[in-house]
Amino acid sequence: MTDIYPRKAANLASRLLNGEAIVMNPVDSTLFNLNETATAIWLAADGRTSLREIVERDVCPQFTIDHKEAMRDAEEFVRALAEHSIFFLETEPLVDSETKRHG
Amino acid sequence: MNVVIGGNPIEIITSDVAFSRMLREQYADFIEPINNHRAAIQLTVDIQVDSPDSSAASDDPRLDDELEVRLDSGKWRLTRGDFYASYDPVTRTGSVRQSANRHSIDSVVRIIHSLSLVAQGGFLAHSASAIRHGRAWLFAGRSGAGKTTISRLAPDDVCLLSDEVSFVRQSIDPGEKFLAWGTPFTGELGKPGANCCAPIQGICFLEQAQENSLTAIGKAEALRLLMTNILFFADDPELVRQVFDIAAETVEAIPMFRLCFAPDARVWDLIQ
Repeated sequence: MTDIYPRKAANLASRLLNGEAIVMNPVDSTLFNLNETATAIWLAADGRTSLREIVERDVCPQFTIDHKEAMRDAEEFVRALAEHSIFFLETEPLVDSETKRHG
Repeated sequence: MNVVIGGNPIEIITSDVAFSRMLREQYADFIEPINNHRAAIQLTVDIQVDSPDSSAASDDPRLDDELEVRLDSGKWRLTRGDFYASYDPVTRTGSVRQSANRHSIDSVVRIIHSLSLVAQGGFLAHSASAIRHGRAWLFAGRSGAGKTTISRLAPDDVCLLSDEVSFVRQSIDPGEKFLAWGTPFTGELGKPGANCCAPIQGICFLEQAQENSLTAIGKAEALRLLMTNILFFADDPELVRQVFDIAAETVEAIPMFRLCFAPDARVWDLIQ
């Protein structure tokens, strides 16, 4: 399976409240309440870290979830939010200059 | 006439005598002398005669037309079937073309307040509000949630601020984060709120139930609920983002509750 590198879209509104992120796309005012697992992925989605690495590093140890199941859920989550322009899914890791450009 | 809501004046100028008389009744307790306020927003209303008596027609089908609020060359353009308005936030002047329907000017005034409140760290909320024991409570919910019902059930010691649209703004007092102000915007109660304010003690999201209960809710859920009850109409992502930030600050500063209530006055025992 090809790795994907989720990157948060620029210009979103978001707030971390008691460990859970709430994210809004101000273009259409759609709101997303993220649970703790989704929040961990959200916080790590910098476009340089693969989803696989995020799941292995930030999700599985913290939430004691089976890796295969966690990976499947994580991919489903980032793809669903990508449809709302919350994430962009890169197929290659961004280099530093690209990270700055995308914000 | 100078209509002052939440300390923010809007001077409404019209040459139509009957319309002016109607506005004086509609905004009665919110009309203040112009000299008391600096830099009121000036709104000139041009009444179009398109029906014999449309002054109070809440059944005008144009009220349900889609509303558009957008920034165009530095001016806000507000359009709905029953009005066209423009507002320049720099000169703080605007104009409205509408029939003599009071609901139309009410909508324009709400929209302009919602726009200018962002810079003051405030918002209009689709909620009833009231003061009890010197502290304000908001009761938020969409149409049918019970805003008017809970307002009707309020005991005598409660001062109603609105049964429909609440005015919330950051306080300049460092000890109090947010204030709620009375508004003349009415729901089914048909009675304007009192023109006064108080620090906000709590925001309740209404839910009809068999029994009364008041339960604290998590901040993430509260932010989602609050955002769905904030009246903001402008198609402007930057302003929407600012409204989100203000709502988040509100949620962090003020206790948030789910208020399940049966339609009886004992629900007010929970609001102390």
